[in-house]
Amino acid sequence: MSVEDEAVTEPGPEPPGGDGGGRSLIDEISGRGVDLRSAVLLPFLAVVTALLVSGLIIALSDLDSLRLLDEDPLEAIGDMLDDIWSAYAALLEGSVGSLRAISETLTSATPLIFTGLAVALAFKAGLFNIGANGQLLMGGMAAIAVGTRVTGLPGPLVLVLAVLAGLAGGAVWGFIPGLLRARTGAHEVITTIMLNFVALNLTLWLLKTRLFQVPGRDDPISRTLDPDTRFPGLGGLLDRSDLRVHFGLVLGVAAVIIVHWLLTRSTLGFQFRAVGSNPDGARYAGMSPAVLTVVAMSIAGALAGLAGANQLLGLQYRAFPGFGGNLGFDGITVALLGRSNPYGVLGAALLFGALRAGGQEMQASTDVPIDLILVVQALVVIFIAAPPLIRAIWRVKTPEAMGTATATTKGWST
Amino acid sequence: MVDVTAATIDPSARLVAGQVERRRAIGYGIFYFAMASITALVFALGSDGDARFGLARPQDRFSDFPDLVIPAATFGWLLAIVFAGLGAAQFAAGFGRMRNLVLGIALALFVFGFLSWAASGASFSLVGMFQETVLRTVPITLGALAGVMCERAGIINIAIEGMLLGGAFVGAIVGSALNSWVGLFAAGASGALLAWVLAWLAIRFQVDQIIIGVVINIFVLGLTSFLALRVLTENPDLNSATIFRRYSIPILGDIPFLGPVLFDQNLFVYLSYALVVVVTYLLFSTRWGLRVRAVGEHPRAADTLGVNVLRVRYINVMLGGIIAGVGGAYFTLGSVGRFDENMTGGRGFIALAAVIFGRWHPVGVFAAALVFGFADALQQKLAILQTGIPSEFLLMAPYLVTIVVVAGLVGRSRGPAAEGQPYVKQ
Repeated sequence: MSVEDEAVTEPGPEPPGGDGGGRSLIDEISGRGVDLRSAVLLPFLAVVTALLVSGLIIALSDLDSLRLLDEDPLEAIGDMLDDIWSAYAALLEGSVGSLRAISETLTSATPLIFTGLAVALAFKAGLFNIGANGQLLMGGMAAIAVGTRVTGLPGPLVLVLAVLAGLAGGAVWGFIPGLLRARTGAHEVITTIMLNFVALNLTLWLLKTRLFQVPGRDDPISRTLDPDTRFPGLGGLLDRSDLRVHFGLVLGVAAVIIVHWLLTRSTLGFQFRAVGSNPDGARYAGMSPAVLTVVAMSIAGALAGLAGANQLLGLQYRAFPGFGGNLGFDGITVALLGRSNPYGVLGAALLFGALRAGGQEMQASTDVPIDLILVVQALVVIFIAAPPLIRAIWRVKTPEAMGTATATTKGWST
Repeated sequence: MVDVTAATIDPSARLVAGQVERRRAIGYGIFYFAMASITALVFALGSDGDARFGLARPQDRFSDFPDLVIPAATFGWLLAIVFAGLGAAQFAAGFGRMRNLVLGIALALFVFGFLSWAASGASFSLVGMFQETVLRTVPITLGALAGVMCERAGIINIAIEGMLLGGAFVGAIVGSALNSWVGLFAAGASGALLAWVLAWLAIRFQVDQIIIGVVINIFVLGLTSFLALRVLTENPDLNSATIFRRYSIPILGDIPFLGPVLFDQNLFVYLSYALVVVVTYLLFSTRWGLRVRAVGEHPRAADTLGVNVLRVRYINVMLGGIIAGVGGAYFTLGSVGRFDENMTGGRGFIALAAVIFGRWHPVGVFAAALVFGFADALQQKLAILQTGIPSEFLLMAPYLVTIVVVAGLVGRSRGPAAEGQPYVKQ
């Protein structure tokens, strides 16, 4: 680690301006030593830039206006601006424009909180968890199995057991790559990617077994949860039972607080961060990087498993192929935008949740597909990871601490 | 791929390595006996009648080439005895350096025993099965070659999936708007563009290469799905490219069995054969290849000897991008002619697995791609035979195999030493 740290200097177009050249990505995303201004300014500019670029994509994908461009340039450009304006207006309306919109934003943000934390916690321990997708699926399947098949107990108790099962299912799927890393050195990036696909196929198979399937049906859809084994809705508090936001949000916020406490106040969290920033030093201080790797990956997996439980217990009430979507990969973008700080993750999840909810509205009321949100997310992360880009575009004097993000990852087999 | 472990330095570590080695040998033995039991109990006892394997198609020149008829039960017993013998030999003496070769052959026999059992009492077109295998190998091979090009120069490429998807999309659109050849070139160019982004962010800004790869994948998935919905649904004429048809190579295509399997395919298959040869030659027999490998293993040393490390990395990553882009065009121009959302369906990640399983060597990568392509074709064909084996387990196989290989449970796969580390000239 130390060798790389020395080798890293600012290669940006401008002189570093007193930039602390030795900052590693771990420092960068863990937000160590980052002051408030840079923690807010950089993400803000990244989001604005991403929205501008996406606006350009909306305009350039409007073929009718493009054809008009030769005959009547002003009219065509006007049309394009209209496109962008109406799309972004719908995006705003659908994310924060009404109580319902806010509820949708919170509902979309909830799973992102969990997967974001799953990635962020692993980052802190120096691990790159690309496996949140698979962990989420296994957690969700475990939760729905308990939720639909445990009988003879009161509903709320079954619900608690289902949440615990989700936690455990995800933890197992995080434990495996952790153990492989600790015992054999197999790189967690490779093993978690592969386990994602194993989980995907396992889920497809499980959904066709009698444990999950509705009796008498052939389709790969699980039984449905009884109403009293679902997360209670939060809309009732406002006398709006039509709102979809549910108890999972409370769990998510609790998870943020607990993970923050774990990382900053507990011995275990200290050890995670020590191993993450300097494994050799941590070993010298008497910690066991192997054990910490396994524990960190298991906890990360458990958090992602909660995301799966949250989706099924609070929103879908039954499992079906692809119920996990791409939430695990979204979690990576959330963790990067939130710089692996639990509260940063919460903020990033709310932002991406708002984009997601607004994107639904955008797709429904204008003909701009919601997939644009993925583009926005990807661009935001690129700009976050390469601050010199932002610096060059906006000509801002960034604070020193906004140094470069550098590599954490070494070869697969080290 | 010399195994440089701590064992060569530290005597106590060597002791541990010895224990691991012994445990591994026992594991191999148990594995052979397990194969023997499954072969005996499932394949031999469960077979009913002969398995008839078709080796020729009606349209072939030698269409009267006889079918391969195997008495499935007898064959199963025979295989069980062989596997038990191998297990005993493993416990008695081991196979030394031949261990993985023997294991490979045994696994191939096991698969054949499995097929005989599945096809017992029925007939099964082996030629169709292998033709499908070769076809399904194409995107995996090309994607993995792209990975090899990048990683040999020290840049990790997780973005293979995105490059394939981008190539598929651009190939379909340009192929529909102009013609398929232009579409093919445009697909290559789109791969190169994405590769340039990867190289630029990794080299210029030293962003973590895995993060860039993940982000490129998300970006391409989002952009292609967005454009497919917004542009292609209203303009279906932009999404109906002429595909490259199958072309039987004269003489070679007439060879019984091998002809239709290997030489009655489309352009993309021939292109992947050619690229495996070309990349192998370039990497291992030219001065350029030596430089590339030096840059991937020890950039500082290469730099000292006057190699422009960053330039080599840029060029290699972009060449890899071209290969992946062309590989992506297979999905549209070489298969169905139209683009669908996320149509690569994780093939790029299988390609990544093939890079590791094939030990960063083009020929190894091709062999790995064949194994993965076989699993893919098998799960599709097995549905016809109704064996009751869930196709999901076969679809899982490539990923599980990769985990086993990366974990060093069978052999060890090691990448270029300087992979993923940014290089800064001093």
